[in-house]
Amino acid sequence: MAQSSVPVFLDASSAEPLLPEAREAWLAAQDAGWGDPLRLHRAGRRAAQALDRTRAVVADAVGARPDEVVFTGSGAHSAQAAIAGLALGRRRVGAGIVTSAVEHSSVLSAAQTYGDAVTVPVDLLGRVDLGAWRAAVSAGGVALAGLQVGNHEVGTLQPFREAAEACRAADVPFVLDATSALGRTDLRDAGDWSVLVGSAAAFGGPPSVGLLVIRKGVRWRAPYPTDDYQGGRWPGLPDVPAIFAAAVALETWLADYDEVSARQHQLVGSLRRGLPRAVPDIDVAGDPDLRLPHLLTFSALYVDGESLTLELDRAGFAVASGSACSASSEHPSHVLAAMGALTHGNVRLGLTRTTTKADVESFLLAVPPVVEELRARLGAP
Amino acid sequence: MTEEPSLRLDCLGLRCPRPIIELARQIGEVRVGALVEVLADDPAAGPDLAAWCRMRGQELVRSDPPRFWVRRSS
Repeated sequence: MAQSSVPVFLDASSAEPLLPEAREAWLAAQDAGWGDPLRLHRAGRRAAQALDRTRAVVADAVGARPDEVVFTGSGAHSAQAAIAGLALGRRRVGAGIVTSAVEHSSVLSAAQTYGDAVTVPVDLLGRVDLGAWRAAVSAGGVALAGLQVGNHEVGTLQPFREAAEACRAADVPFVLDATSALGRTDLRDAGDWSVLVGSAAAFGGPPSVGLLVIRKGVRWRAPYPTDDYQGGRWPGLPDVPAIFAAAVALETWLADYDEVSARQHQLVGSLRRGLPRAVPDIDVAGDPDLRLPHLLTFSALYVDGESLTLELDRAGFAVASGSACSASSEHPSHVLAAMGALTHGNVRLGLTRTTTKADVESFLLAVPPVVEELRARLGAP
Repeated sequence: MTEEPSLRLDCLGLRCPRPIIELARQIGEVRVGALVEVLADDPAAGPDLAAWCRMRGQELVRSDPPRFWVRRSS
């Protein structure tokens, strides 16, 4: 099988590689913005200025106020802080934490850890059942509810505005997980959320920066000891160069996201149509149209995900998989299982900002012989 | 299940997709309408049997891991 000399990286679903713009900004901020932003000396003031600018960038991107923006240590930290803080602030109301069944594992595990998790089912496309959502958030005793803009594995967009309205009507704070969507779609008017979470890794910033935006007046209380940094919402000296680099990465996307997203949407669309034609018995997951632009998940019947991932890597393509034993987990992707999609033989693609039409076309050529060989090896019917 | 299966496949200890491959290879041996019992303890067996039945037009009658009952519908 053809060996590609330069590997094609198609695993932006885990993290977009650091953008050159972000790398440059990080280096510049190491020179100019390394100080303690709470200090009054020059280095401190310059760091504080850099931090102010990054808050403004994030606030603009999500239609919030700069003083509502907090930087945490990762996307998972943001999700945990959002959920634990609302659960604490609302503990007199109840312990119920409502999410969809296909939220990121950091959201689901936080919901289980900090309250009584209530999981709302999804349909075959991975879209949350709005009727069940409305019933769950208005059942009483609900501390908070959380839903993603779009699914991080299959890309399906969620009805997050309607979900937020239902929460408002039930007087339940709503956490919007914007991780996979930030920088790729316009979130300046993303409905009536109370807390928004995101991760710089998803848009080519440093993975050590998580975004947490807490609207004024929301009953959120820090679920951990805090200090004077970031208004008592996330403790510890902020890593200003990394945060600054994250903001530059986000600005880079926002400058041309409509063009990049349209290109990615089209490339993923050509794979969604092309793969089932090129390979028999391929199950392409998620909504074909109403989806995030850069993500694609498909499963090949009678193939195991681990071998598929390794063989595609040998053929020059770095991809992820939601199959059991193909990652660090014994269990298959909870997203695929909740949707009723095939979990074995799974490949998860995330196109990067620089993925080309030629990359996608060569991937489309590489998959059929790999699947055919693996099926033969396993004695598939 | 009170109905006696026409075929019983013991796939205990087999990792996915092997249980699905076994079912696909052997379901043709029973008549349309007959029941196949599958024993499979891989964590992916439940979702994958459901997905396979959907893709192949077969019916997953009942799941009680590690036991599953599939009716040959086509």
